[in-house]
Amino acid sequence: MDYGFTTAAYVVAAVLFILSLGGLSNQESAKRAVWYGIAGMGLAVFATLIGPGSGLWLLSVLLIAGGGIIGTYVAKKVQMTEMPQLVAAMHSLVGLAAVFVGFIAHFEIGNVAAAASTDELGTFAKLIAKKTPAEIAFLRVELYLGIFIGAITFTGSVIAFGKLAGKVTSAATKLPGGHMLNATAAALSFICLIWYFNSGGFLPLFVMTLAALFIGYHLIMGIGGADMPVVVSMLNSYSGWAAAAIGFSLGNDLLIVVGALVGSSGAILSYIMCKAMNRSFVSVILGGFGGTTGPAMEVEGEQIAIDADGVATALDEADSVIIIPGYGMAVAQAQQNVAELTRRLRAKGKDVRFAIHPVAGRLPGHMNVLLAEAKVPYDIVLEMDEINEDFPETDVAIVIGSNDIVNPAAQEDPNSPIAGMPVLECWKAKQVFVSKRGQGTGYSGIENPLFFKENTRMFYGDAKASLDTLLTLIT
Amino acid sequence: MKIGTPKETFAGENRVGMTPDSAKQLQKLGYECAIETGAGAAAGFSDAVYEAAGVEIIKTPAALWKASDIVAKVRQPDAAELKRLTKGKTLISFFNPAGNEEGMELAKSKGANVIAMEMVPRISRAQKMDALSSMANIAGYRAVIEAGNNFGRFFTGQITAAGKVPPAKVLVVGAGVAGLAAIGTSTSLGAVTYAFDVRPEVAEQVESMGAEFVYLDFEEEQQDGAATGGYASVSSPEFREAQLAKFRELAPEVDIVITTALIPNREAPELWTEDMVAAMKPGSVIVDLAAEKGGNCKLTVADEKIVTENGVTIIGYTDFPSRMAAQSSTLYATNIRHMMSDLTPEKDGQVNHDMEDDVIRGATVTFEGEITFPPPPPKVQAIAAKPKEVVPELTPEEKRAQEVAAFKAQTKSQVTMLAGGGALLLLVGLFAPVSFMQHFIVFALACFVGFQVIWNVAHSLHTPLMAVTNAISSIIILGALMQIGSGSFLVILLAALSVFMAGINIFGGFLVTRRMLAMFQKS
Repeated sequence: MDYGFTTAAYVVAAVLFILSLGGLSNQESAKRAVWYGIAGMGLAVFATLIGPGSGLWLLSVLLIAGGGIIGTYVAKKVQMTEMPQLVAAMHSLVGLAAVFVGFIAHFEIGNVAAAASTDELGTFAKLIAKKTPAEIAFLRVELYLGIFIGAITFTGSVIAFGKLAGKVTSAATKLPGGHMLNATAAALSFICLIWYFNSGGFLPLFVMTLAALFIGYHLIMGIGGADMPVVVSMLNSYSGWAAAAIGFSLGNDLLIVVGALVGSSGAILSYIMCKAMNRSFVSVILGGFGGTTGPAMEVEGEQIAIDADGVATALDEADSVIIIPGYGMAVAQAQQNVAELTRRLRAKGKDVRFAIHPVAGRLPGHMNVLLAEAKVPYDIVLEMDEINEDFPETDVAIVIGSNDIVNPAAQEDPNSPIAGMPVLECWKAKQVFVSKRGQGTGYSGIENPLFFKENTRMFYGDAKASLDTLLTLIT
Repeated sequence: MKIGTPKETFAGENRVGMTPDSAKQLQKLGYECAIETGAGAAAGFSDAVYEAAGVEIIKTPAALWKASDIVAKVRQPDAAELKRLTKGKTLISFFNPAGNEEGMELAKSKGANVIAMEMVPRISRAQKMDALSSMANIAGYRAVIEAGNNFGRFFTGQITAAGKVPPAKVLVVGAGVAGLAAIGTSTSLGAVTYAFDVRPEVAEQVESMGAEFVYLDFEEEQQDGAATGGYASVSSPEFREAQLAKFRELAPEVDIVITTALIPNREAPELWTEDMVAAMKPGSVIVDLAAEKGGNCKLTVADEKIVTENGVTIIGYTDFPSRMAAQSSTLYATNIRHMMSDLTPEKDGQVNHDMEDDVIRGATVTFEGEITFPPPPPKVQAIAAKPKEVVPELTPEEKRAQEVAAFKAQTKSQVTMLAGGGALLLLVGLFAPVSFMQHFIVFALACFVGFQVIWNVAHSLHTPLMAVTNAISSIIILGALMQIGSGSFLVILLAALSVFMAGINIFGGFLVTRRMLAMFQKS
C-alpha cells in the first residue's frame, strides 16, 4: 500500500477522534462517542500496519494483543474510587512511550548518517535521508521537545499515581532548594538543547532526559493532595503535547492532530479546575496556597453534634434535600449508602439532588463517576452554578466528606486564604448536616465557619458507618 | 455534689429554679438534686413528681440551704437567705448586682460564689443559658395576652353578618427579645402591628416577624447595637424629640401600646408621655413592661392596673413570667441546667468554676471572697456582623455601557493576541523549513478544533473525558509501529516496548471509559 491510502485513513481517524471528544457533551451521545474513538484508533493502527515502512507486523500485533490483555484486565478490575490512580498510571505509560519513540528517532538520524546507500534503510530513515540539513536541525528540536515533555509526564504521573494511591505522602514536600532545583534542571535542559542542536550527540539528549525526569518528580512532589485534579489534567495535557512533538519529528499528521486535541483538552480541564479554586495555574503548580493578607476572622460559636435520630427526623420532615459529596465520601466508600439514602428519600416523594463542586474529589468529575457507579440518576446530579441559587429554598443540605468547597469564609472573610473561591452556599439552607470524621480542618488547614453556624449540626463519624445507622432509621 | 432549690420567698413569685425534667438532666451530669417541700407547687410541679424524678424532698429552707453545695433559685435572694451561705457554696440566681451592693458584700463576707443569671454575656455560645431572654420572651407573650384581656375588641379584623370589625392596631416600642415576642404574638392574633426601636438594624427582624417598622424622618449616625453588647443605649436629645413626635402622631390611631424599652443599669426612658395617653381612644390599653424600672410611661404604677380619666387602661405588672410559672420555670430551669453543664465539663458532679471562661467569668459576681463585679469585657465580641456594603443596583444604561465596554475589551484582547500570534508565526516561517510549516498548519488547526470541542464537554463527564483522551493519546503507537521494522536491535527493543505500553493504554482507556459511561443512567 502507498502513502495515499494511509493518509486517507488518517484523515478518517482524525475526524473520528474529534467526533469522539465532541460526543462527550452529554451522557447519551457519549456512549456512541467511545465507539467513534475505538474505530478511529483501530483504523489508524491498521493503516499504519499495512502502510509503507512497517515491518515485523506479526510482532507488533502480538505486542498490541499482549498489552491489550493487561489493559482489559485492569479496566475490568479497577474500582471506581481508584479512577484517579488509574488515569495517572496510564499517563505515565504514554509519557514513557513518547520518550522511547523520541530516542528511536534520534538513533535513526544517526543510522542515516552512517549508511552508505539509502536502499537498506527503513521508511522513516528514507524520509530523513531526503531532508536538508536545516530540516534535520529542526527535527532535532522537535524530538528533543518530545522527549523532554514525555519524560516530565512519565515521572510526574508516577508520583501523582503514588500520591493518589496513598503510596507516597500526599502532603506537599520539596527537596531543599525548592523551585531553584527545578529552575536549574530546566536551565540545564536548555543548555543541552543548544549543545544537541549543534552536535547531534546522544550525551546531551541523555543528560536532558535525566533532568526532565527530575523536574517531573520534584514538581509533582511539591503539590498537595487536594490540588490533584489540576495536576492530573495538566499531565493529561502534557502527554498530548508530547505526542504532538513526536508527530512533528516523524512527520505524521495524525499524531500531531491527536496530540493537539489531547493537549488542549487537558489544558482546558486544568483551566476549569483552577478557576473553580480561584487560583492561578502558576500558583497551583508552584505549590502552596497564596499568602494571607491579615488574621483570619474569629470563628464564633460552637460545633453542635447531632445523632442519627435527629438527622432522620429532620430528613423525614424535609421536602427538599441537597447532598454535597466530597473526597471524604470516596475515601469512606460511602457512595452506595448515599445512593440508597437517595432512593429511599425519593421513594417518599422528597426532592433529592446532588451539588457537585468542580474540584470535589481528586479528579475532574470524580464525584459524578462515583455517584453514577452507585446508580444515582445523572439528571439529579447538578453542578455548582446550576444549584447554588436553590439553597435558600432547601430544607436540608447534607455535606458528606467535603470541607473547603463549602467554606463560607471564601465569601465572608477577605483575609481567608481561599477568599474569592467559588463555594457551594449550603449554609443558606434551612438546616445543614455535616458528616465528618472529627473536628479537624480540611486539606487547606482553614477553620470552616460553616461548622459553627446556628443551622449547622455535626454528624460525627465515618461517613459509611454514619449512613448505615441513618439508613436503619429511614425506611 | 448536691444542687438544692428552695421555695421562693418573694411574695407572689410562682416560679421555681428546678423542674423534674431539669433534675433528671442534672443527675446525668453527676449531681444529686434536692428541693424544698412545696417549692414547685405554685408552678404546677408537686413533690410527688419531683420524688419520682429522683429528687430528695427537704422539709425546711434552713435544712435545704445547709445540705446543698449549689443553690439554684429564681429571685434575687434576701438577706436571710444570703446569711445561710457558707464558704465554698455556690448560688445561682438573678442577683441584680448593679443595684445590690449589700447583697454582694454579704455574699463576699460569707465566702460564697455567686453566679448572677442576668450577667450571662450576650454571645451566641451563651444563648442557651440566657435567662433574661427566656424570661423576656414570656413577658412579651404575656403582655399581649394581658392587653387582650383588657381590650374590648377583637385583634383580627372581621367582616361578619353582624357588621365589620376593624383590626386592632398594636404598637410595640423596643424590639428586644420581649418586643419581638410581643410582635409575634400580636401578629399571629391578627392585629396590625407596628414596632419601633432605636437600633435601626433590628428593622429586618421586626419585618421578619410580620410587623411594620416605624422609621423616623431623622438623619443621624446611629450607634451600632453590636458595640453595646446587643442592648440599646441612650439616644441624643434631637433623636428623642423626633421619636416622641412620631409617637404623638401614632397615639390617636393605636389601640394597644406595649413598651419594652430598657437601657441596662438605668431608669427606663420616658417614651409614652401623658399627652399621648390623653390622645388615645377610650378603651385602649398600654402594657408597660418597663414598670419595674419606673416605666416607659410616667402614669404607670408598678404591679397595678389603672384606668385613666379618658378610659385608657395602663398595666404595670412586673411579674409576667411568674404569671406563667409552669412555662417560665421550665425555661429557667433549662437555663440553669445549661449553666451547670458548662460548669461541669467533666460530667463528674464536681463544679469547675473556670474564671478564664468568658461566660462563667461574666456571670460570676463574687468568687472566693472577692467581689468580681463588674466583669471585664468579654474576649469574644461581635454579636452581629457589620452590615455589608450594598452593591448599588445598576441602571439599564450603566449595564449596557458595561456590556459595550466588556465587548470592546474582548475585541481588543482578541485582536492583540491574533496580531501577536500572527507575528510570531511569520517569524518562525522565515526560518523554518517548508515541511515544518505544513505540519504546523495542521497542528494549529487541531488545537483550535480541540478548544472548540472540549468547551462543550459536560462537567459530569470530565473523568470519562480524561480516560478517553488518555486512550487516544496512545496514538503514539503509530510512531513506534513505523519504526519497529527498521534499524538495530536497540531500536526494535525500544519500539517494541512502546507498542506494548501503548497497547495497554488503548484497551485500558477505552474499556474503562465504556464502563464508566454505562453507569450513567437517567432517572
